[in-house]
Amino acid sequence: MADLTTDFLGIKTPNPFWLASAPPTDKEYNVRRAFEAGWGGVVWKTLGSEGPPVVNVNGPRYGAIYGADRRLLGLNNIELITDRDLFTNLEEIKRVKADYPDRAIIASIMVPCEEEAWKAILPLVEDCGADGIELNFGCPHGMAERGMGSAVGQVPEYIEMVTRWCKQYYSKPVIVKLTPNITDIRLPAAAAKRGGADAVSLINTINSITSVNLDSMAPEPTIDGKGTHGGYCGPAVKPIAMSMVSEIARNPETQGLPMSGIGGVTTWRDAAEYMALGCGNVQVCTAVMTYGFKIVEEMISGLSQWMDEKGHTNTSDFIGMAVPNVTDWQYLNLNYVAKAVISQDDCIKCGRCYAACEDTSHQAIAMSEDRTFSVINEECVACNLCVDVCPVENCITMEAMKPGEVDPRTGKVVSGDYANWTTHPNNPGAVAAE
Amino acid sequence: MATPLTPGIAVGRLPADEIAENFKDLHAPYAPHEAAVAADRCYFCYDAPCVTACPTSIDIPLFIRQISTGTPDSAAETIFDQNILGGMCARVCPTEDLCEQACVRETAEGKPVEIGRLQRYATDTAMAKNSHPFERAAPTGKRVAVLGAGPAGLACAHRLAMLGHDVSLLDAKGKAGGLNEFGIAAYKSTDDFAAKEVAWLMGIGGITFHHGQILGESFQLDELVANHDAVFMGVGLGGVNALGVPGDDQECVFDAVRFIAHLRQASDLTELPVGRNVVVIGGGMTAVDAAVQSKLLGALNVTIAYRRGRDAMGASTYEQDLAASKGVNLMFNVQPKALHADDENYVEFIELEYTHDDGTGLKGTGETVKLEADQVFRAIGQTLTTDGGLALDGRKIAVSETGKTSNDKVWAGGDCAAGGDDLTVTAVAEGRDAAMDIHATLMGGAS
Repeated sequence: MADLTTDFLGIKTPNPFWLASAPPTDKEYNVRRAFEAGWGGVVWKTLGSEGPPVVNVNGPRYGAIYGADRRLLGLNNIELITDRDLFTNLEEIKRVKADYPDRAIIASIMVPCEEEAWKAILPLVEDCGADGIELNFGCPHGMAERGMGSAVGQVPEYIEMVTRWCKQYYSKPVIVKLTPNITDIRLPAAAAKRGGADAVSLINTINSITSVNLDSMAPEPTIDGKGTHGGYCGPAVKPIAMSMVSEIARNPETQGLPMSGIGGVTTWRDAAEYMALGCGNVQVCTAVMTYGFKIVEEMISGLSQWMDEKGHTNTSDFIGMAVPNVTDWQYLNLNYVAKAVISQDDCIKCGRCYAACEDTSHQAIAMSEDRTFSVINEECVACNLCVDVCPVENCITMEAMKPGEVDPRTGKVVSGDYANWTTHPNNPGAVAAE
Repeated sequence: MATPLTPGIAVGRLPADEIAENFKDLHAPYAPHEAAVAADRCYFCYDAPCVTACPTSIDIPLFIRQISTGTPDSAAETIFDQNILGGMCARVCPTEDLCEQACVRETAEGKPVEIGRLQRYATDTAMAKNSHPFERAAPTGKRVAVLGAGPAGLACAHRLAMLGHDVSLLDAKGKAGGLNEFGIAAYKSTDDFAAKEVAWLMGIGGITFHHGQILGESFQLDELVANHDAVFMGVGLGGVNALGVPGDDQECVFDAVRFIAHLRQASDLTELPVGRNVVVIGGGMTAVDAAVQSKLLGALNVTIAYRRGRDAMGASTYEQDLAASKGVNLMFNVQPKALHADDENYVEFIELEYTHDDGTGLKGTGETVKLEADQVFRAIGQTLTTDGGLALDGRKIAVSETGKTSNDKVWAGGDCAAGGDDLTVTAVAEGRDAAMDIHATLMGGAS
């Protein structure tokens, strides 16, 4: 059976499934339950400076987007960092770590962007025995209004500066958590690396308003008639997060910088995908807030079954395997030609492919009197929309044409050679092919 | 007190609470969340097969999408637009043979979207508001008589009233509704739904109901034609076919339709007599409705005896399974040969002959079987009792595609007219379409 033991920045955990810094990791009680359930590590809910803790709203903190049967697809959160005393948290971390030495505990920290503030808290954290720290430069609501969280994460110079302080005043690994509320994720990641960060973790939550109540005409969650944007997370954000992860993985400036993947990880498959894009491990939040800690059992068994099937003995075997296949559009092979093929045996004749293609695409599907749907190869550009809207898995597939065949749409012979936009005659900036 | 074992025909074979439980809604209505989950299964098919399969061509994907987006009233309007008796049809339609059979999820998984129950959710939600969704057009000054206040007549009357015509709705019975009120198993139309639906439908205005009006007795068709701009005939099939075997005239041989009508109108089901051993002759919906309800009233043994094989049965597979699940015994390939009565003229047993079809028609094999029977129900089809002198097509009134009869001013639809299945939903479609043709004819826009 595959070995799920993961070494992330020298921190060894029995599996790559950590809990993200969030409500599930706010206190000893929850973290103990998480470890008992089997989680490999936790990033403790963000600690603030010594003194009176922050306060949270006393109304609803979360809002949701649902799929069918109220399946939670996206969650929005306006909770702040821990609203419990710093020393209470530190004592609890110390106790739990002592009882679970094989699990990781990372302390998430958010203090003002001043050297003194960091200099004050880091020795305290060092003393509690946590395996490392994560700098919360991502929280987009509340704390950002006070110059912390994403307000820091949106200024690469601040990231670099604070990371440097942390490396100066703290001896263990420093992970910088990135906000997605920025135009180009490569800049804050590079800044973290310049500051000496051991890793980045991403993404933090995305600015969001999940819904507007059409009776009260207020955004939800609504606190006494008003609402504010929150941080969006859950399955809905995974594609955004994975794109950002891939950008950091293949940017020459940050290539090789360890990453912890966060954003909608719900199943073992999500985790494997993040890891294939270069993440050393993943952090989970919304999925446990939806289903409880027990889901880690499925994540462990699923990842292990898949690794066995693929012949991977260790998680390091496949970490980053998909990165070389992420490229820019301009390098995609324009000589590759595919056509949609509809399996008549599997087709249930719903006609969704026809409606989608006829109304919104290339009029490349024909419908007969008896509701037989077939592809018109003369029109099909292989856009994949029919595949995406078909309710039957694998009923419609995209099949590549073989070199030498004639594409009935263009009348041209399919070439076996690779050719991309950079050399295409229609590209004004094309470089002549050699 | 009687029990299922009490010999002969008796009332109160089951306690009141058990009877109430037996006759409650066959399918509990959806709660809003259940409806949302069920609605989500719809694929919103292009040119959807379910719509094609619906005799009234309700835009099913649209109304289901309207339910899933939280607007059941709009969904109901989509339904009523095509089928003003959408509430009853949601309850009684053999959806397993119509829309749900055509559903692509039936093809894919053998589990269709539950269109009937979703339709009921939408129509119940809208009808609970007690407001009528349509407004009448400006008065046309035209007067139309509608004969028969069953599904066809009601649909026709409503559409005509909506288009601005004044409608006289005549029915032989004491109340409107036709088979919705007097036929159909009670567990499909609970809580006096048929009467409530009629009252709601009448909310359009412009329809005057006259009860106790029997064609050929209270009035003649010619008189109606003379006094109105058009006449619609939706009189149904009032007669019942006889068994044509010795003993058919026994006191305890009943018409299944009459038994069901009594049951539907009974204020207390514990006072409705039913036999200990009941045999229903026939294979259609009426046979199943009579048999199942006999069982639910407390009959000990109930048998449906049908002269052909299971495949040929008029009742749907769903109905057959329903009967079986309630403990009704289904016998195939048997036909009545004789009824034997005792000295007091009470049926003792029925003699059935096995049948065989060698391709030249159904024949008795000579071999017989005897069943104890206190009560025998005839459910072998109904016949037209009054044709008003109109041309016939077989045993029913001949009509064009839009319901025109041999008389220029008379249209017909529903069970009394030739063509189409004898279903509530088909009657609604025919009544509605005839109304549209009457309107076009009266307003000079006939094609």
